[in-house]
Amino acid sequence: MRRAPGLALGLAALVPIAFLAVFFVLPVSGMLARGLWPEGRLDLSGVPEVLGRARTLRVLTFTLVSSLAGTVVTLLLGLPVAFVLYRLRFPGRGLLRAVVVMPFVLPTVVVGVMFRSLLAPGGPLGGLDLDGTWVPILLAFVFFNLAVVVRTVGGLWEGLDRRAEESAATLGAGPWQVWRTVTLPALAPGIISAATLVFLFCSTAFGVVLTLGGLRYGTVETEIYLLTVQFLDLQGAAVLSLLQLLAVVAMLALAARTRTRREQTLRRVGARAAARRPRRDDIPALAATALAVAFVLLPVGTLVVRSLRVGPGWGLEHYRALTDPDATAALRVSVTEAMANSLRTAVDATVLAMVLGLTVAVVVSRRPRSPRWARTVSVLDGAFMLPLGISAVTVGFGFLITLDRPPLDLRTSPILVPIAQAMVALPLVVRTLAPVLRSVDPRQREAAATLGAGPWRAAWTAEAPVLARPVLAATGFAFAVSLGEFGATSFLARPDRPTVPVVIYQLISRPGADHLGMALAASVLLALVTVVVMGVVERLRVGSVGAF
Amino acid sequence: MLELSDVTVTFPGATAVDRVDLRVEEGSVLAVLGPSGCGKSTLLRAVAGLEPITSGSIRWQGRDLRGVATHERGFALMFQDGQLFAQASVADNIGYPLRLRGRGRRERAGRVAELLELVGLGGYADRRPATLSGGEQQRVALARSLAADPALLLLDEPLSSLDRALRDRLAGDLREILTATGTTALLVTHDHDEAFTVADRMAVMLDGRIAQEGDAVQVWRHPVSREVASFVGYDTILEPTSTERRSWLPPASPGVAGRGPGAHPASSAVALRRSALRVDPEGELRGVVRRVVTVSDALHLEVDVEGVGRMPVLAADRGPEVGDDVRLAVDPRGVAHLPE
Repeated sequence: MRRAPGLALGLAALVPIAFLAVFFVLPVSGMLARGLWPEGRLDLSGVPEVLGRARTLRVLTFTLVSSLAGTVVTLLLGLPVAFVLYRLRFPGRGLLRAVVVMPFVLPTVVVGVMFRSLLAPGGPLGGLDLDGTWVPILLAFVFFNLAVVVRTVGGLWEGLDRRAEESAATLGAGPWQVWRTVTLPALAPGIISAATLVFLFCSTAFGVVLTLGGLRYGTVETEIYLLTVQFLDLQGAAVLSLLQLLAVVAMLALAARTRTRREQTLRRVGARAAARRPRRDDIPALAATALAVAFVLLPVGTLVVRSLRVGPGWGLEHYRALTDPDATAALRVSVTEAMANSLRTAVDATVLAMVLGLTVAVVVSRRPRSPRWARTVSVLDGAFMLPLGISAVTVGFGFLITLDRPPLDLRTSPILVPIAQAMVALPLVVRTLAPVLRSVDPRQREAAATLGAGPWRAAWTAEAPVLARPVLAATGFAFAVSLGEFGATSFLARPDRPTVPVVIYQLISRPGADHLGMALAASVLLALVTVVVMGVVERLRVGSVGAF
Repeated sequence: MLELSDVTVTFPGATAVDRVDLRVEEGSVLAVLGPSGCGKSTLLRAVAGLEPITSGSIRWQGRDLRGVATHERGFALMFQDGQLFAQASVADNIGYPLRLRGRGRRERAGRVAELLELVGLGGYADRRPATLSGGEQQRVALARSLAADPALLLLDEPLSSLDRALRDRLAGDLREILTATGTTALLVTHDHDEAFTVADRMAVMLDGRIAQEGDAVQVWRHPVSREVASFVGYDTILEPTSTERRSWLPPASPGVAGRGPGAHPASSAVALRRSALRVDPEGELRGVVRRVVTVSDALHLEVDVEGVGRMPVLAADRGPEVGDDVRLAVDPRGVAHLPE
């Protein structure tokens, strides 16, 4: 039982570790080295200089304040929605859950385009005069991350035994006291975990900030991009990347701690309380949910409507232009061809992410007896979460400067893009599969073993049946993420083989109503493909998608 | 024959199994009886090869099992909660070990039907485990273990998750099935009635060590220490004394280590089951009833017994009430003299 398969498992773990080393650690450290070891020796003299710049201070402050505000607003809106969608029973609930979750997988560039068309002069909310302020960024943060709060907290809330609340009520606690003394403490691990992730996603957001912030508002992530691409200040970029890395590791450690606590909690609860019908006193929560649904649908609707707007009238011309390779001088290929590139790349990335992710999930779900190996496993678990928070720009640019000479000269190779996308999707795959594997009682494998099954057969018997649907779900998830990936892809995609998010960004960077119209039409197309993929996943009803 | 010699299993910071020696003869059933946390399940897992042993040896037919993987040992382990494969039907669960051995579909179906009959679940082949009651699930788990045709069957608290009445019935069934199939079995349990019903021999395990081992009746009647006595159902211990009258106690029987027949009872500790004292008008002891608790088929009394003190006493139904004077008879089968 222990020797041979332990070894095999260790060997299996080497593949993803090697992948992480070559395609993540190497590029990131190469990027850092460029900035901090400029002439072959450590030069930290730039650190205080970079950190002391007024611009750096402004960027850090904005990152911190906007992420914090985004987290707070998302939580305030997400909690009542989680309650309504997971604690109440009413017709259409499944559809509403799908609507609320949809934004999370929408490509960041598409979200940026949506909010611009919503708030731009002439847009439905153009009268609010918010275009070009920080408000659209905050709204986009909330739009994006609502799904994280609703799914993480809702999943926990759904499994909460209602009897604890009922017994508090019979002991004389009013509704507010029940919420404060029973419900909130029970949900706290989920809320902390969700808040950590939302903060993480907000503070490392790239696509939305780049498309909405313009030159006035930047986060650490866009600042790294600007320093790298426009000012060629690699030292400054390296210092900021390092700062981001440290912050992200701290956040992930925090998330991991609450996560283990949460898994224990869930195991103890077990009993599923039936959701109840809405009552009169649920009206505030229902109103908040209606607001959230409108908030999700309004930008989406605006996007679709405005993509049909041609000059003063209506028409499908922007969509027709998508198939025309000569529609604009801004693009070297037609958008449909870019879509074909996107799909091909996403398939490659998905296969890669699934093979690696499944291996990692199996390895990190084992609980070795020896404390040393247990620690190794938990470090590994954390290591594969890192790509979630490291600047995709750092990774993308790192690829270019480290993988450009033999034996790894991949700069012009088309596999670089799927590899980078797989890196981004990998943490999500692992987080979807590992909790499912951990939930399988290890004694199921032991029972199979005592009946004569070898280690592989025993694992297959106990785990394959429960893994089938989560694997499908993770595949859809990885596919959607790869399809919408922008940060690293924008560096790595060759000009003659762009993906759709890259094309959209190129289109909106150009002036002219036609360019914008095409960008809107391309966004609708990309969003449609993504939502269809995720709709299939949602139909599988896998509770753990997005459970970090 | 299974032979454990000097088996020790340690976890970081704790010794779960401490130098245990045990033997299970072929065709016999040994029950390891102990409170929860005494290390008995760890011992069973060590025999199954699921837990590495720190020192000592486990031998089967003289062959050392160190380094032999669980699936190569040929011992089936039946878990406390069955651990049926939820996605597979009852028939597929039972047929699982047969499929591992490459048996054909027809042979499998025949054997599965046979085993279902054996455990009293004929016609359940196509059911899902989740649709079965706890008792039925345990029967399926037993059938699945037997389908592996194990050289040794390991049973980890097989009936503990069931309610009282079902447990009593299934314990009897289990005994019959094990005898009928001639299965060698090692059972661990915390329930002394279950151990007594199912096993030929009994080993009481306390704190990682075997406190007493022997024929089931022998352990039942003659516990060697206070701890063993209280674990096999003796709820009162009378400490040795020179002042009390102890002539009412039956003499210590032969066969108890260190004690000749008829040794003076007052010089050793004595353990009593509730059934040791009964209300009987012909009885030799007297007392006053202080408390009456009605259970399903008897009355449990607490009686201030003259010259002895407050004692639990058994009475038939429609017995005495609080405050009554009663006479009590002693049932020697409920009395054990403990060696020092």
